Order: sequence, then C-alpha cells, then structure tokens
Amino acid sequence: MKKKSYRRYSARSESLRMCLHNVDFMVGLIMIISVILIAVFAPQIAHYSYSKQGAGPRLTAPCAEYPFGTDELGRDVFSKTIYGTRIALWVAALGASIQLILGVTIGLVCGYYGKWVDHVFSFITDLTWCIPGTILALAVVTILGKGLTNVVIAISIVSWASFARPIRAKTMSLRNMAFVETGKAYGENGFSLMFRYILPNIIPSIIVMTSMTLPETILSTTTLSFLGLGSKSPSPDWGLALSKGMEYITRAPWLSIFPGIALVYTTIGFNLLGEGLRDVLDPQMRSR
Amino acid sequence: MQELKSKPESKPAASEYATEPEGEASAAGTKNDELLKLENLSINYKVHDGYLSAVNHVNMTIRKGEIFAVVGESGCGKSTVAHSILRLLPDKDTKITGKILFKGQDLSTFNEKQIEKVRGRQIGMIFQNPLDSLNPVYRVGTQVEEAILLDNPDKAAAKKKTVSLFRDVRLPDAELRAESYPHELSGGMRQRVMIAMMLSRTPELLIADEPTTALDVTIEAQILDILKRLKNTYGTSIMLITHNFGLVAEIADRIGVMYAGEMVETGDVFEIFRNPRHPYTKLLMQALPRRSKKEGRLKTIDGMVPRITDDKPCCRFANRCPSASERCFKESPAAVDFGNGHICRCFEAEGAESVKVNG
Amino acid sequence: MKSYIIKKVLVGLLLIFTVSFLVFCLLYAMPGDPVDLAIDSKVSAEQRARIAHELGYDQPFLVQYKNWLVGIFHLNFGTSTRYHVKVWELMRDRIPYSIRLCGISLLLEMVLALPIGLYCAIHKGNLFDRFVVNSSLVFAAIPSFWLGTLLIVIFAVRLQILPISGYETPAHYVLPVITITLSSLGSTIRITKAEVLEVLHEKFVTTAYAKGLPRRTVMFRHVLRNSLVVVVTLLFMSLPWMITGAVITERVFGLPGMGALLLNSITVQDIPVVQAVLLLIAILTVLCNLASDILTGILDPRIRVSLSGGEN
Repeated sequence: MKKKSYRRYSARSESLRMCLHNVDFMVGLIMIISVILIAVFAPQIAHYSYSKQGAGPRLTAPCAEYPFGTDELGRDVFSKTIYGTRIALWVAALGASIQLILGVTIGLVCGYYGKWVDHVFSFITDLTWCIPGTILALAVVTILGKGLTNVVIAISIVSWASFARPIRAKTMSLRNMAFVETGKAYGENGFSLMFRYILPNIIPSIIVMTSMTLPETILSTTTLSFLGLGSKSPSPDWGLALSKGMEYITRAPWLSIFPGIALVYTTIGFNLLGEGLRDVLDPQMRSR
Repeated sequence: MQELKSKPESKPAASEYATEPEGEASAAGTKNDELLKLENLSINYKVHDGYLSAVNHVNMTIRKGEIFAVVGESGCGKSTVAHSILRLLPDKDTKITGKILFKGQDLSTFNEKQIEKVRGRQIGMIFQNPLDSLNPVYRVGTQVEEAILLDNPDKAAAKKKTVSLFRDVRLPDAELRAESYPHELSGGMRQRVMIAMMLSRTPELLIADEPTTALDVTIEAQILDILKRLKNTYGTSIMLITHNFGLVAEIADRIGVMYAGEMVETGDVFEIFRNPRHPYTKLLMQALPRRSKKEGRLKTIDGMVPRITDDKPCCRFANRCPSASERCFKESPAAVDFGNGHICRCFEAEGAESVKVNG
Repeated sequence: MKSYIIKKVLVGLLLIFTVSFLVFCLLYAMPGDPVDLAIDSKVSAEQRARIAHELGYDQPFLVQYKNWLVGIFHLNFGTSTRYHVKVWELMRDRIPYSIRLCGISLLLEMVLALPIGLYCAIHKGNLFDRFVVNSSLVFAAIPSFWLGTLLIVIFAVRLQILPISGYETPAHYVLPVITITLSSLGSTIRITKAEVLEVLHEKFVTTAYAKGLPRRTVMFRHVLRNSLVVVVTLLFMSLPWMITGAVITERVFGLPGMGALLLNSITVQDIPVVQAVLLLIAILTVLCNLASDILTGILDPRIRVSLSGGEN
C-alpha cells in the first residue's frame, strides 16, 4: 500500500528514472530497438531480396550461405525473416493507431457523458464478447475480403473495446473531480473538458495500454495470415511463411522455425516493454 | 504551571526508591501480574529505498485484568505493534527486533506451530473494520464455531456455545443472527460477532485494534460497554488501540502514548490526565473538547508526523514541539521513570535526579 | 436469487437474438448478391430466378430472417452453397471432434492451473514461482499455431513418437491438447495467482489466523474458497479461448472439427455454414457466461443480494 502511494506522486522525471531502473523495461526496449534497426537496415543485412526466387537450391537446410535455409522456391529464408520485421512493425503501428483513436474517443465520450451513450456502448461490447475475438475478426475479414490491411482493420474493429473500457472507467472517476468542475465553471465546453482536462490525466494508462496492444495486434495478424487470410505471396509476412512451412514440415522443418523465433522475439520484446511501463506508470493495472 | 508544581513532588519519590526497594518491587511484579511485556520492540518495514522505522524501541507492560490503551495519531505504529504480537504482519518485508514476552515467554522466538497455539487461545484480537474482518462467504455463526471447534470437536456444543456467546455480546436474536452472512449485519453487529469469536476460546489478553473507529458514536458506547463488562466478568486483559483520547479516559486503566513509532509516555490513566509530562501528550489533552472550556475553537497540533527512514538521533517530535531546544534535534531522549510507572521520553520533562530506565 | 437469474437469462436471450440478426446480415454484407454466392456465374437468368426462389432469396429481408430463425429451432441451418447438403449434417459429423479437443484441454488446464496458481501465490517469489512467471511470459508471446508447429517438429518429425496430423487414434489428440492447454495455461495461472494474492491480503484472512486456525486450514477454508468465485468465472470465460484455440489447432493438426469447417467455409465463402457456426459459438459463449454468473451468485452470498436488487 505504502509503496504504491509513493509511486503515484512521482513526477515525470521520476517515472523516467524508474523506467531506466526497471529491468523488464530496459530489456524490452533493447529488444524492440534491435527489431527497429533490423527493419530499417533490412536491405543492408539481408543478402538477397525477400522475393528473389532461386537465390539458392530449393529447400536447402541452414548452412553458411543460407543461415536459415531456403524455401520451396529457393528463396533465402534469412532475408525473408529480416524483411518480415517491417511487416510486423507496420502491422503494430497501424493496428495500435486505429485502436487508440477509436478506443480513446469512445472511452472518453462514454465516460464523460454516461447515460444512454454509455448504455449503447456497453451493449455493443457485450455483443462483441459473444464471439471470441479472433473468430469475430475472421467474420469481419469475410466481409472486408482477404489482405493484410483488411486483417489489421478487422482486428482493430474487434479489439478497440478492450481499450475503451478502462479509459471509460478512468474518465468516470475523473469526471466529478474538482479540477474538471473548475474547468466547467470557467465555461469550457465538453470537448475541451474531455481532451484538455481529463485526457492528460489518463495518458500514463494510455501509454501502458498501447504498449500492451502492440504485441497482441502482431500475434493476431500473424495468426490470421497463417490461416491464409492475410498477406499473399511473395510478402515476407512471418505468418504466411509459417503457413507455407507447414506444407514442408517433414522435409524442411527450418521453414517453420526461424520466422517463428523472430515473431516470438518481437512479441516478448513488446510484452516486456509493456510490463515495465505498467509497473512504473500504472501499478494499479497489474491485476488485469 | 501545573507541570512546575508536580515536578518537585515526583522528584523525591523517584530518588527515594531509586536504590533497592524499587528494584525488588518490580522483580516481584514480573512473576505475579505482568501478562504481556514488550522490551525494546522495533519494527522496520522494507521500502524501495531502504527501511522505514515504523516502531522504535517500544517498551510497555500489560498487567492481568487491566485495560491498557495505546493512543496516537494514525500511522504512529500502534497497529503495527499490535499485529506484531501475534505475528500477523507480512513477514517478508518486515524486520522485528526486541522481545515480546507473554507470561514470561518470548513470542518472537516461537515457531509457526507454537504461535498458532497462542493465537485465539491465549491472545485474541479484534480489528478496526468489522466488515472486512469477517469472511463474506460464510455465515457468521460458522465462523465463530470454527474457532470453538479448535478446542472441542463437538459440533452441537459449538453451535450452542456460539449462540450463548452472541447473547453475551448482546447480539439481538442470537439464534437467527448465527445464520446470517456478514453483509446482512450492521457494523455494530459485526463487531459484536468479532468480539464473540475472539472470546470463544477465552484468551487472557484481547487486543482491540481501533474497535470502534468505523462505527457510529452510539454503537461505540455499546461496544465499549461490552469490553468493560468482559474485563470484569472474565478478567480478560485488554490492549485497546485507539486515537480517541476521550474513549481512553472512559475505559482504560493505564495509557501508552505513541508518536511516530515511539512510546513517548506511559502511565496510570489518572496520573497522565492530571499530570501529562510529554509536550505531545499535553497538546493532545488540549486538543480534547471539554465541557468546562468556553473557548470557541479546539486546539490543534501544527505540522506533520515525520517519515523516518534513517536512524538519525533526534527527538521525533522535535519539529512540532512548542518547547523544542537545540538538543532535541541532535539527541534522542531516553525513557525516564518519574515514579508509579509514569515513564516519559523528553528532555524537557526530565529532571536532573530522575532515574534512567533505559538508554 | 430468482430474479437475479431471470434477469441474466433475459439479457442472454437479447444478446443471442441480436447476434443472430447480425450473423444473418453477414449474407447481405458480403460483396455481391447472395444468389451469386450460391451458383456459378454461367447460369441463365431463368434458372437463377428459380434458385433464388428455392433458397428464399426473393422474399423480403425480414421475412427471410424470420424463416432462417424458425428453421434454426428445427436444427435447419440452411443448405451449404458449396457442398449442397444440409448445414446441420456437415456440423453433426464434426462437433464430436471439437468437443473432445476442447473438453480434454479445459479439464487439463484447470487441473494444472489451479494448484499451480495457488502455490505460486502462497510462495510468491520462490524459485518455482519465478520459473512459472517467466515461462508464462514466454508462452504468452508464442502464438498457438507456432507452438503447435514446434511440437510437431519436435515430437513428430524429430522424435517420431506421435503422429503429425489426423484424428483416428487418441495419440492424434495428444499434441493438439497440449497446444491448446499450454497457450492458455499461462494466463489462467496468472489470473488465479492474482486472485489468490488479493484474497491473501484481505482482513478476514488475518482474522482467521488471529482466532488460531492453522495455516493449512486458513489456506483451504478461507483463501481458496474465496478465490473460487473468480476461478469459476475464469473456467467458463476460458471457453471462448478454447474455441479460438480449437480453430487454429484443428487447422495445424488437420483435425476435421468445427474450427476447420469454419475456416474452410470462410475461405470458399460458404456463408450459410459460416452463419451457423458463428451462431453456435455465440450461443455457447452466452450460455457459459450465464452459467458462470449463476454459479458466482451461488458461491458468493454478497452478489446474490446486490445483483438481485437488494442492498448495496
């Protein structure tokens, strides 16, 4: 109890200092920075283009020339995996921004106005809970059509509610606080109260939630890609690569190993970063 | 002015018995009527940047059949002392030193099994918030029976005893209430259940940790009445922890005043009310609303309780003390006995001839 | 209690009804006419009209919805546009596989997660707890399809002690069950542990100690019993997870269950089948939520009162 209250009063520089002392955060940060560097310098790191067929013999086991082996069309798996970081980061960025915008706006509006707006929101979230997220995303993709961007949109449509819910709760608790009342007394309108008075106070939670959303979006998108609904060949998408790998699992298991390791490395990095941030910025969220 | 008068009175008393007779008398007391004795009890909490000294060298004695009240502001460590006696503090981040002598045995050296035998059977404890203190998923009767069954596995007898205990603590419709869940009872009723539960194994000492803080004033009076009656009928000693000085005057035999983890003054209730020695106690007295006083405003004590992480020697009250001198910020005052068990930790109150109890 | 259950049932019915409507709309949300989805493009306009009439697509939207809904009560989910057989017949053959897969996994998960969660909460910070925390962190980052793939590579390709895919013998279920269990085990342990930790810090636990109960009794009679409320909820909530897990693992291991049917139908746009499977999943989820609500009500007397409109 005592520990928590000390943390809450800490200033911004204090949070930064605590971040730097948080092992989870630092390890996660280093992992993610390495992923970003790999994505940026992919052309320099990779020996071949990810789509170059016949870069080597087909289905070569990992060796010095092809560290991760080659696939059924003789493409270099190492190069494909390296370029895959770009897709993963793009997916994370796109998905998180859609969820952020939808979730924050709807959460704020519901929390601030309450009443029927809130009832409608609650019913919609209850509805989305009737069908598990991934399956609902499958249904949405059925309507939108296949493709990576559509998959990311589908996942974001399905999961913004888990973003909005905590924001709504926080807004509700802040709505009647003295500083908001003061703003109201100054004649600020609802929009200003929500975004200039309430929002700055929930930014730590938003940062934490965003960092938690990133890995989940990557995992869900890869899963849908694996199920054949996302990227199409010759995209270096890890999910697609793993899906193709399944066909050659007995003859070329390396196809199923390396893109997976890259995927897990990225998600663990984001997860650690998120957990570290949560411990520092929003310790009450821990139980969730 | 009163203080000046009283000082010369106690001085000769202290010096007179300073040598032999005083020592003998206290040695005899240990055997006969000392039930609980804390010796130099210190408790430190581990926090992220070191240790927090929650309790510092506390000494106190509770005799058989008396009500000893521990008074102090919230966060002064009085609850921590109480919990440490039955080892109910989270063990991981706490460091306890000193002795907790119960009937001559040091509880702090007991292992888990031994302390389990003391809990409930020899020392019972009731808590501040009677809602949180009862398990919400069991009927209150069951929770009391659970304690009784530890001594006697006869279920029917336990049920009977529960109902009679509920009558003892004046719970209306005792049979019916035994079948209720905690949330179906009012705060006062829940606290009665707690008292019944802790009396069920007839402990010699009952620790009551702010038993009435969460209750209405009228209920408070009833609960205190029950406690007083218990002391008289069962001869149970009670350690009453409270921040309410008024309550103390009404019920306690002796008082210990705690400030920032230290026991600043202990003594007989009449003695302390008549003749408080520590500036903190004096200020507390002045803060009490009194019928005789005609002034419009109550006195308050300025400043805040310090958060003590390091063991810098100083008087912990110095920053708020109206009569603090330079010495108070440099040295820690020792506990001094002014006679009749009236002990105080203050340079101001200390006389040149007084006897040092401990350094 | 009674009014509490009635309320929950009514909300559940409303949800299922709304979901059924949305699921029905799926047919019209698709690009193109529903009739086009059912037939080849090289059909004369006459034939096309005849098929549309047969399938009922020429009737008003709401009438179609009503017919569809009435049909479902008779287990008539329509006709697969791909296989031209009754949707129910397609599902009937596949349901047992999915039930077997999910049931065993759910059981295994609970048997493992509850004791481990309890142990880790009580012995927080010891070697085993840290091992569990760290490995659950790793498993949270591994998507179930890749976990399945890894297991195949290790046990089927390298060690060759278990079959790669298929559904004929119990051995075929070993890897899929492990995959589903492992991928949700971490979060279940974590929630159980968090709940037990919260209960451990409750005042009534201190009371239980104070009255002299031995540690073991306190743990089982007070801590575990009170954590049960959340754990039961968890048990039912994990069913959607299981279903999701099943969709993916059935694909990885080639099990012909409902998940595989759903995926296949989505790929070939066999909308009547997709609708039926989605509706079934929704009904199942709502039923599970309902069951967990009722059970929590029974386990926690406070909820019984507060949710049936009593005090608090």
